[in-house]
Amino acid sequence: MTLQDPPKRTRKDFQSDQEVRWCPGCGDYAILASVQKYMAEAGVDPAKTVVVSGIGCSSRFPYYMNTYGFHTIHGRAPAIATGLKVARPDLDVWLITGDGDSMSIGGNHLIHVLRRNVNITILMFNNEIYGLTKGQYSPTSPVGTVKKSTPMGSVDRPFNPLQLVLGSQATFVARSVDADPGHLGKILKAAHEHQGTSFVEILQNCVIFNKDFYKDAMERSVRPDKTVDLVAGEPVVYGKERDKGLRFHDMQVEACAPGDALVWNPSGPNSAPGFLMAGLSEQAGMPTPIGIFRDYQALRYDTEVNSQVQKAVAKSGQGNLKDLVYAGETWQV
Amino acid sequence: MTSNSESTQELPLQQVDRVVIRFAGDSGDGIQITGSQFTMTSAIVGNDLATLPDFPAEIRAPAGTRPGVSGFQIQFSSSDIHTPGDAPDVLVAMNPAALVVNLKELKPGGTLVVNTGNFKEQDLRKAKLDKNPLEDGSVDGYRVIEVDINERVKEALAELTISSKDKERCKNFYTLGLMYWLYSRPLEPTLKWLADKFKRTPELVEANQMALKAGYNAGDIRELFHSHYEVLKTESMPPGTYRNVMGNQATAIGLVAGSKLANLRLVLGSYPITPASTVLETLAGYKSHGVITIQAEDEIAAICAAIGASYGGCLGLTSTSGPGMALKTEAMGLAVAVELPLVILDVQRAGPSTGMPTKVEQSDLFQSILGRNGDTPMPVLAISRPSDAFEMAIEACRIAVQYMTPVILLSDNYIANGAEPWRLPEMDSLKPFPVHFHDDPSNMEVFGRNELGARPWILPGTPGMEHRIGGLERDSKGNVSYDPDNHQRMTLERQNKILNIAKTLPKPTIQGEAQGDVLLLGWGSTVGVLTRVFEEAKAKGQKVSRIHLRHLWPLPPGLEDIFAGFKKILVPELNMGQLARLLRSEFQHHDFVSLPKVTGQPFLTHEIVKEVDRILA
Repeated sequence: MTLQDPPKRTRKDFQSDQEVRWCPGCGDYAILASVQKYMAEAGVDPAKTVVVSGIGCSSRFPYYMNTYGFHTIHGRAPAIATGLKVARPDLDVWLITGDGDSMSIGGNHLIHVLRRNVNITILMFNNEIYGLTKGQYSPTSPVGTVKKSTPMGSVDRPFNPLQLVLGSQATFVARSVDADPGHLGKILKAAHEHQGTSFVEILQNCVIFNKDFYKDAMERSVRPDKTVDLVAGEPVVYGKERDKGLRFHDMQVEACAPGDALVWNPSGPNSAPGFLMAGLSEQAGMPTPIGIFRDYQALRYDTEVNSQVQKAVAKSGQGNLKDLVYAGETWQV
Repeated sequence: MTSNSESTQELPLQQVDRVVIRFAGDSGDGIQITGSQFTMTSAIVGNDLATLPDFPAEIRAPAGTRPGVSGFQIQFSSSDIHTPGDAPDVLVAMNPAALVVNLKELKPGGTLVVNTGNFKEQDLRKAKLDKNPLEDGSVDGYRVIEVDINERVKEALAELTISSKDKERCKNFYTLGLMYWLYSRPLEPTLKWLADKFKRTPELVEANQMALKAGYNAGDIRELFHSHYEVLKTESMPPGTYRNVMGNQATAIGLVAGSKLANLRLVLGSYPITPASTVLETLAGYKSHGVITIQAEDEIAAICAAIGASYGGCLGLTSTSGPGMALKTEAMGLAVAVELPLVILDVQRAGPSTGMPTKVEQSDLFQSILGRNGDTPMPVLAISRPSDAFEMAIEACRIAVQYMTPVILLSDNYIANGAEPWRLPEMDSLKPFPVHFHDDPSNMEVFGRNELGARPWILPGTPGMEHRIGGLERDSKGNVSYDPDNHQRMTLERQNKILNIAKTLPKPTIQGEAQGDVLLLGWGSTVGVLTRVFEEAKAKGQKVSRIHLRHLWPLPPGLEDIFAGFKKILVPELNMGQLARLLRSEFQHHDFVSLPKVTGQPFLTHEIVKEVDRILA
């Protein structure tokens, strides 16, 4: 094998023998297909790949992947993935989570995996609803969401997931949508190639409990005019005719002529541009931003932890158990 | 020393067999350092010893107040000892609060050394005292040695240019010097320790060393004491190489040893918590042994990181105390479900909730054996003393990897912070148990079982063996299954795997006769006091024997036969009777008498002796 090219793989090579059991029409099917397609194209080795997940509809994902997989407990996947990646830096670790799993019960672990910048790829499926528990509002549901647990409408403000993770010092932050495999494929590639924690929010349709929640922006016919794709090095321009531009003014995003549009740089020294763009949907008349909000290099926890071990060994030699036991003041009886 | 000190005749040197000293003062007074230095030196002299540090949870509680009192008790002896002693022979009280908190425990006629420099009006007020206890008759019946340590230290260090605050902070070494003189201890170990400790600030080395010597000379010159004493080295200790060790330190070393014997890298996930934090700190210093430590964001992340590491083929470890155990519960269930090895160290403290973080209790036994959702069996082991920690840590690692199971290793605050001489093992006596990862794709029964009931350990990264595991119930191939019969079968398999560990355990050895009136049964850190109780009972001719459990779940074999030899089984525990309840449910035909204690302090010998006498009356 060593001197040959890696074997050509297809999407099928990444499909497990388990029957996929999401609801018919669920956005998860499209995401699964996109991930499998990307892995095949990128020449990923299934034996070296581990998909870790928490709890929720999205977290069933590992069962359908013909890689190594660990379906763990609610919210804790980032901690388990951290331990795995630190122990085994040679493995390619992916983490699948949802808005409830990562932004609610697992919020603490999410912010800390981002802070540590462990070299893993996180895909967060955001459907703004709890699906597996049959339709309660989630921490990303808008105020006024009427569901079984909020008969008069939810009253707590939702997280803006992108702003939350940017505030946690995430080094790679992107957003895509289940229904646009072309865009999703590009984002998956960029996220996977990033060294450090990559966080990708994927807007995902829950056809049972929150059908088409994103249709105002994401429906194919309106998408070009209602979304703006942030691409590094390109002007921030959108619209079917690419006739609308955006730029910063007075710490705000404002509309401008395409020729005056900002050239997007997600890799600057701070995350403020990404943060402002992530808040765009809350400004009236503005498009929903997708694409790459942040792409920045920083110290990686998994690498640093292992390099300290190597340094200690280089300095004092490979530890010997006898020296450890017989250390300090000893005496004979 | 001052030049007008009278020269004296040699004071008589008396030999004594055993001595109990308690140092007490503000938690900022360096009492724990004083105590641990006395311990180290006594160990080097060759005494057997046992210690009981007792300090408040607050780092610097308000100075001079009763809640701020920190204590350190040591018993050292020329013969075998098992406890830090019930009542001190000598109490060193650095202030009025330390005096009133500890005086009632001093032996009648015992020696009381007080620092009169801290007995001024304001000191009495801080200790909420109307009258000076040195003057109101409170200390009648004791041999009181009054020394103005503050003043003596100031004089001794007068020539030095360091600040008066720094000078004042040397007073614990003056006190230590006095005690070294009183018990004929050499100064060298502490002089050496100081030189190393303050090597970056030579002026502090000098000051503290001068204070130590001044204290020593004061004992010699000032006729503070009528005589001084000698405690010869212990001759009854088995031959070997010894070192002095604290429980958490020995536990950490044992865990490294366990991982090496399993041929695995040790990965600790931990969140700081009293009294377990020193395990994290110690292991963080063992990087050259390949040890990885992850200080996680919380207790849950700590165990989850350890599970992730075990999944990746390392030996995952998490260290904590009671409240942290509660938080880790769900993740323990995951480790049981996916059948990965993991060691969970619980250094118990007094509960419930935050409880008394720096005090001892054995009250996490039920939590360890039973405290999880579902039928979720896990082996539970208990360390009984600092010198036992190494072996039990290895045993926990062995069970974890051989049975593919999380294991709970119980310690407690008394063991964690206690010190004693540890006879070091011969390295070739340690039996390796190297792990063999399963890498044969022709047999992909992820939850198939070997003769021990353990499933194969398959490393991610092994070509052709890609599979999924998770917390959902699964069949033997690892695929999710809600089949009723499958769940019944898997639950039984998990239970039997753990119960069958008992078959490989030795039958507990009985100290004393196999038949008698009372069997003393203990576990964990009560081993010393129970040994002492047994010796006293034997000396009185009582028909008392003793066993100590190291494995709490599954219980070791042969207990039914042992119990049958006794009329009553007395179970003293630092909880409300958890082991006694467990034994009653497992063995219905024996008479268990529970002796609970939950003061946050270890048992005193006489408390258990009294109960034995009551039963036999």
